[in-house]
Amino acid sequence: MTDINFNNPSFYRNRELSWVEFDARCLSEARDKALVPLFERLKFLSITASNLDEFFMIRVASLKDQVHAGYEKPDIAGLTPKAQLAALSERTHEFVREQYSTYNRSLLPALKKAGLEVVPRYEDLTEEQSHFLDRYFMDNIYPVLTPMAVDTSRPFPLIRNKTLNIGALVAAKDGSEPGLGRSAGKKKKSAAKNVAKNAEGKAGNKKSGDNRPLEFATVQVPSVLPRIVALPDAADGHKVVILLEEVIERYIGRLFQHYDVICAYPYRIMRNADFSIDEDEAEDLLKEIEKLLKKRQWGEVIRLEVPDDIDKRLLSILVQELEVGEEDIFRINGPLDLTFLMKMYGMKGFDDYKAPAYKPAPLPELDNVPDIFTAIRRKDILMHHPYTSFDPVVRFVQEAAKDPAVLAIKQTLYRVSGDSPIVAALAQAADNGKQVSVLVELKARFDEEHNIEWAKMLEKAGCHVIYGLVGLKTHSKITMVVRSEEDGIRRYVHLGTGNYNDSTARIYTDFGLFTCDEAVGEDATAVFNMLSGYSEPEKWNRLLVAPLWMKDDFVKMIERETAEAKAGREAYIQAKINSLCDPVIMAKLYEASNAGVRIDLLVRGICCLKVNIPGISDNIHVRSIVGDFLEHSRVFRFCDGGRDSVYMGSADWMPRNLDRRVEVVFPITDEDLKREAIHVLETEFADNVKAHILQPDGRYEKVDKRGRVRVHSQEQFCKEAWERVPRPVEVTESRVFIPAEPVREDEA
Amino acid sequence: MAGTTFAAIDVGSYNVSMEIFQISRQSGMKTLTKVRSRVELGRDTYNLKMISLERLQELIEVLKGYQRLMAEYGVAGCRACAKSAFREARNSVVIIDAVYQATGIRIDVLSNSEQRFLGYKAIASKGEDFREFIKESTAIVDLGGGSVQISIFNEDSLAVTQNLMIGSLRLREKLADMERLSRHYDELVTAFVQKELKLFKRLYLKGRKIDNIILVGDYFTNLIFQNAKKTRRLESREQFMDWYDKIMKKSPRQLADDLSVGLDMAEAVVTSAILYRRIIEELGASMIWLPGIELTDGIAYDYANRLKLLKAGHNFDKDVITAAYEIAERYGSDRAHIRFVKQAAEKIFDAMSRGTGLTDRDRLLLRTAAILHSCGCYISRTRSAECSYEIVRSTEIIGLTEDEREMVARLVKYVDRRFDYAKAAAGQILSPERIVALAKLTAILRLANALDQSSTQKAAALSARVRNGVLEITVETQEDFTLENGSLAREVGFFKEVCCMQVTLKQKAGKGRA
Repeated sequence: MTDINFNNPSFYRNRELSWVEFDARCLSEARDKALVPLFERLKFLSITASNLDEFFMIRVASLKDQVHAGYEKPDIAGLTPKAQLAALSERTHEFVREQYSTYNRSLLPALKKAGLEVVPRYEDLTEEQSHFLDRYFMDNIYPVLTPMAVDTSRPFPLIRNKTLNIGALVAAKDGSEPGLGRSAGKKKKSAAKNVAKNAEGKAGNKKSGDNRPLEFATVQVPSVLPRIVALPDAADGHKVVILLEEVIERYIGRLFQHYDVICAYPYRIMRNADFSIDEDEAEDLLKEIEKLLKKRQWGEVIRLEVPDDIDKRLLSILVQELEVGEEDIFRINGPLDLTFLMKMYGMKGFDDYKAPAYKPAPLPELDNVPDIFTAIRRKDILMHHPYTSFDPVVRFVQEAAKDPAVLAIKQTLYRVSGDSPIVAALAQAADNGKQVSVLVELKARFDEEHNIEWAKMLEKAGCHVIYGLVGLKTHSKITMVVRSEEDGIRRYVHLGTGNYNDSTARIYTDFGLFTCDEAVGEDATAVFNMLSGYSEPEKWNRLLVAPLWMKDDFVKMIERETAEAKAGREAYIQAKINSLCDPVIMAKLYEASNAGVRIDLLVRGICCLKVNIPGISDNIHVRSIVGDFLEHSRVFRFCDGGRDSVYMGSADWMPRNLDRRVEVVFPITDEDLKREAIHVLETEFADNVKAHILQPDGRYEKVDKRGRVRVHSQEQFCKEAWERVPRPVEVTESRVFIPAEPVREDEA
Repeated sequence: MAGTTFAAIDVGSYNVSMEIFQISRQSGMKTLTKVRSRVELGRDTYNLKMISLERLQELIEVLKGYQRLMAEYGVAGCRACAKSAFREARNSVVIIDAVYQATGIRIDVLSNSEQRFLGYKAIASKGEDFREFIKESTAIVDLGGGSVQISIFNEDSLAVTQNLMIGSLRLREKLADMERLSRHYDELVTAFVQKELKLFKRLYLKGRKIDNIILVGDYFTNLIFQNAKKTRRLESREQFMDWYDKIMKKSPRQLADDLSVGLDMAEAVVTSAILYRRIIEELGASMIWLPGIELTDGIAYDYANRLKLLKAGHNFDKDVITAAYEIAERYGSDRAHIRFVKQAAEKIFDAMSRGTGLTDRDRLLLRTAAILHSCGCYISRTRSAECSYEIVRSTEIIGLTEDEREMVARLVKYVDRRFDYAKAAAGQILSPERIVALAKLTAILRLANALDQSSTQKAAALSARVRNGVLEITVETQEDFTLENGSLAREVGFFKEVCCMQVTLKQKAGKGRA
């Protein structure tokens, strides 16, 4: 058995294709009429759209870079970058068709039924609605529009990444040559103009016999205005909305007064946003990232979205000017950029079509305690967000900021909310004379600008801001408060699986642990020392820390299970992660499965493992839960010779987490808390409402729940969190009011 | 908060490290945090004989970072100690001042013996492990970059200590050229250190059997024995040799990868390993203890002892006395005489201790000087005072600081020389307060020495007390005490001059000789 090559490419699935399957699972929620309320389905469809945008900007862009660089090394599944792009193009085109089929055939009719009508084309407006739009356009939209024409004096404008634009072909009303009378000079004619001319030569203008030369013009749909424009209600009381781009299209003629608009269509581009930083060369990391932010909008165009009925001449100009390949053109049957559906979800009313908002339950452990530190001293506290509130984490930092016994606060910050109370508390702590050290990860993708801003603010407030280790992203979620107490220095530590972001903590499922365990405190100190650039510790007491140690630790734990199984003893592994694509870990899991270890994996996103390969992965079961909350926590459970060890942390089983990031995984040592964590895992593995099961061909199928008790894990955790909250004691006896002072008899 | 927090900083040749301790009577010493930063001061010192401005800036930046950490733990006390990189740098005073101006941290430059004493204290801070281990014949081998310190225990006290200039970095530099010509680096190192080790064995071991070795050292030792700090490690000689073979089978590149260090460090590790092996073989020890201590442990333990936060589990004063007897023995001193003088000096000191400004530490210096006061006779009867002085100055006594050793050296010199205040103050080695203390201790030692002028211990018993401002010495003797009486009379003047106290001698007919 030992001669099996567990690295055989046929045992693995390409990570990008696996990712698309994850988005497909989100899409399946948008299609689920039976279980998902209508407006929640809008939300899911919007999420699939924004997911896909991000996927293109990072992953597809990276593959394009690899192809440009002539990199031909196949991935773990044996696909070269070129082959991956080809497969992805096919799959994503199919996926987009599914998205719009969902939108057009399922959601739009359902919305109409629910009393919300989306006017698909401006031609369909009623007179009253047209009249309303006339005013709305002139008052609100017209002032912020900046039309740009392309002619000999004006090159093709920069089309910004992810913006929605309207492209038009225009012809001068007097039939003059474009750009005449301006600065045409002897400048090289733009390709746009040439293309327009060529196109014109072939097809002529829509107006028959019109031989006027065509110019290309474009106008950005302003992102400062709401994408959804509410129109006066319909006669039947239904709400009616139209999309902003439709309104602009209707009035586009007003932007080009000396021209006739021949045709106008929306288009949207996606650019390569994957700028990796050569940190070894960067003298100042901060400045380097600021520079990159400016560069990001100038990346290569990797996707062009246009309506499927776009004028061919217009498309031809776009394709030539933006240098887009046929495989990167997405012809869309519906409105471009479905992320507007999230705004639609937020529209007032329609509460019957939304899932009731969940209010996170308070933490009973923090009832009747003078301060949070007293509660932590009593016992480790495990929080499961968003079922239990994130407020204790904010309170932890806020109390530390004010507590005279607190000497120092140290925290790693990766993504924080816009107006983060944690950042405010840290600044206040510094102001109160505490030693505050904050590790700010500037390279948190898409949050760089935001992070630089508040990092500077924290520095100004007197915090010691560290920007992490060169070449490594700091992804760990750890906070330490150093307190001087009666019996000496005590360290209080919060370790989490999610970011210190009070906004996302309401929608992401994560775990957080409060502890003042000495051994963890020592390790936490060592993590911060390491992040400050000091030497690494000689050993870790409890924590598994990436990049230097964690992978080895996980490998050892998997190998131990393998050895146990081989020895005929009980062995199992359970892991709940967001992604699984680390080749070393996967090969070890195959080896363990081969040895008889039962492996249950709950992988929300990418999973490059294949199930049911005879002799390789017979014992591996993979499922994914896509629900109202985003499954985000990482939990690991090993039989560990009957000790049933449970770990949690910030790391997925991905090379980037294990090799290129500072990550922390922590054990749950308190037996009660361990039981809680295991209960969560077991419930999720029993979920038959929101779970999708990985099939041998890489697709996912929902659990067949016929004849089984319904288990909806997220719903169950919401219920359980509130069941733990003690109810106020009901007063059964009537009280006698006793006045504070005796009433004088003569006054009675 | 119970106890205190203390930061110990070790300014080494290649690294600067800081360990913050929580020290309390209840729970002893606990490490709160430990950090290390690479600052290659040694490279400057050993090549340029001075510390460059670039290294100074690096050091200041590191220390500023350490100050932040100290504030985070509310550190109440801090001591930064430098070793050979500062000792041997000709601009060390300038660097010390610049660091102080920039950070407020004053760096103490330790002498070799002070450094070794702190290292020794660090080992002793391991408490019960240490006391158990030294019950058998034990040597501490402290391997540094520049030298190796070998210290031998006699029963449970440190008796002999010797510094051999065969440190790992020194060897590497000396053998660098020859290494290219030899295929067997281990044999080259062995040949080089053989002479030194043999000489040590002949002079200091004198057939003494060594059962146990305590291996300590600088950064390299802890690098070799990773994780030794937190776990008690006791190994048999065979286990050690297995480990040695594994190290030697690896290429420096493999070793660098294994230990996560640079190639130069890995090469230094190999030299250290060869040195350890040679020393273990030469001393013939069967057990090796790796306490995994660092200088910072010793600095903190010393601080805790001084503040009486921790009671020393080991009697370090006894080590000094044992070492003094060992030296006296080596130089043929009259054991009965020095024992008598020591006891007499102790009695006089104890009788007059109040109001003299003298400390317990001064009492230890007096006792040490009493033991060593005649060691110079071995070299020259006529110039014994000068010879004793030189012997003390050039012999390491672990447990005494440089200043203290200088005090002892001057005490033995002035025991039969006129005390010259001007000469005593010359060179400003000792502060004016210490010169006064020296004068008082000299006066006491002279009285004690006079009481056994004939070196025949005529006084069977001796007592001393101070009454009405007069030091009353009572001796019980059945012998003619005229010589001692006369000698004492000659010393009274100086005693009166520095202690402002009259002396009377009472003679009782008591028992026979002591």
